[in-house]
Amino acid sequence: MIYADNAATTPVSPAARAAMIDAMDKLWGNPSSLYTFGQLAEEALSDARARVAGCLGAEAGEIIFTSGGSEADNQALRSAAAFGAKKGKKHIISTAFEHHAILHTLDALKAEGFEVTLLPVHSDGLVRPEDLVAALRPDTALVSVMFANNEIGTIQPIARLGEICRQAGVLFHTDAVQAAGHIAIDVKAMNIDMLSLSGHKFHGPKGVGALYVRRGVPVQPLIYGGAQERRRRAGTENLPAIAGMAAALEEACAHLEENAAKVSALRDRLIAGLSAIPHAALNGAAEPRLPGNVNFCFEGIEGESLLLMLDEAGIAASSGSACTSGSLDPSHVLLAIGRPHEVAHGSLRLSLSEANTDADVEHILKEVPRVVDYLRACSPVWDELEKGERSYVIL
Amino acid sequence: MLYSDKVMDHFRNPRNMGKMEDADGVGEVGNAKCGDIMRMYIKVKDGVIEDVSFITFGCGSAIATSSMATEMIKGKPLAQALELSNKAVVEALDGLPAHKIHCSVLAEEAVKAAVKDYYDKHGVSYDAAAFCTGDCGCCHAHE
Repeated sequence: MIYADNAATTPVSPAARAAMIDAMDKLWGNPSSLYTFGQLAEEALSDARARVAGCLGAEAGEIIFTSGGSEADNQALRSAAAFGAKKGKKHIISTAFEHHAILHTLDALKAEGFEVTLLPVHSDGLVRPEDLVAALRPDTALVSVMFANNEIGTIQPIARLGEICRQAGVLFHTDAVQAAGHIAIDVKAMNIDMLSLSGHKFHGPKGVGALYVRRGVPVQPLIYGGAQERRRRAGTENLPAIAGMAAALEEACAHLEENAAKVSALRDRLIAGLSAIPHAALNGAAEPRLPGNVNFCFEGIEGESLLLMLDEAGIAASSGSACTSGSLDPSHVLLAIGRPHEVAHGSLRLSLSEANTDADVEHILKEVPRVVDYLRACSPVWDELEKGERSYVIL
Repeated sequence: MLYSDKVMDHFRNPRNMGKMEDADGVGEVGNAKCGDIMRMYIKVKDGVIEDVSFITFGCGSAIATSSMATEMIKGKPLAQALELSNKAVVEALDGLPAHKIHCSVLAEEAVKAAVKDYYDKHGVSYDAAAFCTGDCGCCHAHE
């Protein structure tokens, strides 16, 4: 079986697993306790914090451990909104293709009286700095733009957006769940005030993430209780998961360039090969793009049946079709880059890791065209396209 | 698993799939915007569905419900085919996930649309109220 859904989750690396087992076996004390069992755990926690911070160009005290990317996103937005509201600033800028952890939190904030502007992401899946400049207002409390999109992999001009926000004196948050451990991040050089990441996207465990908050930026808890995480996130720390995430992130960052070179070469072969399928198109700009992300629309077919057929052919992938999202609408990301509904239903995301091989690419390039042909042969939409009764969207 | 073994069997090995060039009645229901379209072809002799086939744009359950519906009406008199309910299709497939029930509704409507087309082409009178008008606007109107 070829695993090509690394944007959904990744298997835990041996280094992360070893760190987790070590933490469970030897560091089970409560980091808040003063005796040796507790202090050993506290030392490991501090060590993990410093290592995660080091991968981002941050300081240890700027890292809050959370239960994952969604919690980090919720806390960043809610905290910035609360402090903004105290100063009478109730406007938030984000983008149309954010993860639902952002979009649904924004919906909740809207219901509480905040005003939200979603920047367009254009057909190439890239936010324009000038669109941000135009959207900024005196009452803007926060700008939140994802580092790289989870579906189409396009990497946003984060350093430029951060610079604009810093000059305007507006807080800047980025959801870097898909970027961390895969592309270089320097929170200081990029003027990032807050950043979310998730352990399981870079071979760490699930159920753990981190929120970076620049020193001096006020932050309020989402979860109230004990004094853990310097009173910014209550609850006894999940040390095995935190230690596993730190080990995974450190390993990913140590091999970042070689992994990116290897994975992007596989990606480019897939993009070139799949582009040969008639009436198929890459979603989002080819560059700048996450090393492992390939996302195509195939006209005349539906994504869920494509995925089921590929599963039979030994390929695990993902789609933005309505059927796979569990709702009636296809991916909001594909709609945001201008794909019409009927084309967005026929999308395929392949997300690679350094564990994938040339042989995997060959197998995918053999099976995807075969399955697309099969599904088109039994599709009334394709029949109408071929007969000219319906116009092709992808020429 | 999302789907029953029966659904997966009909998805993997769809029965009666393909276009029919000399069909006596053709019905198409659904909407590409919503992500599923079913087209059903019937060949009729002496009021009996002698042959049936389908092509479907849609998810796994859309293909499986189309396939099952064709099996359930093949060799049956038209009047009996019109009695095929989406519930019967769901039961025959050992169930569908709740958000996929609309696929079985489409299958029922595709059968009715094909029979109606046959009646229209062959001057058979019928009670129009018994058929989906096809003007539902969206394929999910019956959910």
